[in-house]
Amino acid sequence: MSELLRIAGLTITPAAMPERLLVNNVSFALDVGKTTCIVGESGSGKSLTALAVMGLLPTALKRQSGSISFQGSELTVCSPAQMRDVRGKRIGMIFQEPMTSLNPVLNIGYQIGESLAVHLGLSGKALKTRVAALLEQVGIPSERVSSYPDELSGGQRQRVMIAMSIACEPSMLIADEPTTALDVTVQAQILALLSELKQRMNMGMLFITHDFGVVADIADDVVVMFRGEVVESGTVADVLGNPQHPYTRALLDCVPDADGKKTLKPIDYAWLKEVA
Amino acid sequence: MSEPLIVARNLVKIYKQRSGRFGFGSTAIRALDDVSVEVKPGSTLAVVGESGSGKSTLARCLLQLQPLNGGQVEFEGRDLARLSGEELRAARRRLQMVFQDPFASLNPRMKVGEIVGEGLLIHRLGNAAERREKVVRMLQNVGLDASDMEKYPHEFSGGQRQRIGIARALILEPRLVVCDEPVSALDVSIQAQILLLLKKLQQEMALSYLFISHDLRVVRHMADEIVVMRHGRVVEQGGVEQIYREPQQEYTRNLLNSIPGQHRLAH
Repeated sequence: MSELLRIAGLTITPAAMPERLLVNNVSFALDVGKTTCIVGESGSGKSLTALAVMGLLPTALKRQSGSISFQGSELTVCSPAQMRDVRGKRIGMIFQEPMTSLNPVLNIGYQIGESLAVHLGLSGKALKTRVAALLEQVGIPSERVSSYPDELSGGQRQRVMIAMSIACEPSMLIADEPTTALDVTVQAQILALLSELKQRMNMGMLFITHDFGVVADIADDVVVMFRGEVVESGTVADVLGNPQHPYTRALLDCVPDADGKKTLKPIDYAWLKEVA
Repeated sequence: MSEPLIVARNLVKIYKQRSGRFGFGSTAIRALDDVSVEVKPGSTLAVVGESGSGKSTLARCLLQLQPLNGGQVEFEGRDLARLSGEELRAARRRLQMVFQDPFASLNPRMKVGEIVGEGLLIHRLGNAAERREKVVRMLQNVGLDASDMEKYPHEFSGGQRQRIGIARALILEPRLVVCDEPVSALDVSIQAQILLLLKKLQQEMALSYLFISHDLRVVRHMADEIVVMRHGRVVEQGGVEQIYREPQQEYTRNLLNSIPGQHRLAH
């Protein structure tokens, strides 16, 4: 299996407070055509890790150390211009809020076409044809090409986001909680769409979520983060079926199951501090 | 079987939405279309459905926070719409609500002690010392500390704020508490804490809950009975076991099938 992304020893702190480790020595890898899920609570550093891969860390934060190697090239030494070429073209991105990630005054066809024009230099008829094909690919009738975001439902907007992110056929897709704001039935559709596209285009997917149900459905590998550190990582079967770290076990114990048989157990952080 | 605590019969709520060019036209949306539900004392009725199904409208209409276009709500055997303002205020003491967003639902300028104790003041219950003592006991009951009375909401995490919201609702010793998505803004570990707290308090205080949620895993843990809503209508209702095991309607089956963690999509 060939490696698509390798993160090694990634450490992120506020620029002004280098002793506050927001992301602490994080390492993991993602193979071509596979899905790695990063799971954790809010503040665990999962989104920062993804932002660092894309070179989009807020300016108040600083990557203190660590390497991010994508398709064999080191992203941390890339110039801003080189990163712009990577983002959107070789790495696609989807965010949580389909309401706020789209520009309300531009129609969806324009927004999907933008990266094709910028990265691949498409224009005119070729651009139109490609945008129409992308819309159909994500399950939106191509007649909707001149619709504005406010004319679409949440699920459709997320489909538009997906069409934008896969427009240039990236080899990796980073999805940060892409279904959290959606209804459960729509979530199921979007997850199915992402899996299908991933397989058809042989994309690697870095998928950030806090929902173990989603992890069980789509992940090949899982990285569990807690307070900026990776506490456990492995295949989905190992991490969910036979969790080794007390935090992973505790986190799994708080997830309600669909059968209602499980006794919920909140995390005892004081206890965790002692054992972990 | 004991008498239901609250009975809603054939509720209809119509919203007018501006439509057409420049919004001069108007379209009627039936947010509640002939909805009937009841909650038994000490039990939890969960209302599930997708966004726009009318579940939050149902909650607001039950509490008479919004006027109905049709139907009636009977609480403890009395028609709420027929109560005078004074009587309705008195009934509200026993009908409380816990909101979804623990950040938006607490006044940032009030101290926690004031927020939790305000209901006692409004309903003129006890003197200052008694009120204070009640607030302290309630805070302890929801897992907070007496010293938290002097703090402001921004000093607390999301889970702690939700505890404050619960204390505010329960200090009046209500009989029915409407919980509108009380854990959907919280991390899964905090969510478990709050769910267990709600269950504990239900037992201690003999509460009935109307529990609104879109998370069918959470509902499975909380509910005794379930109402499935779609487009303002009740699609299906019944005992939680029965609905999860043998859903009768295609829509309910589809909802249950969409719960993540059941179908491997990766290969």
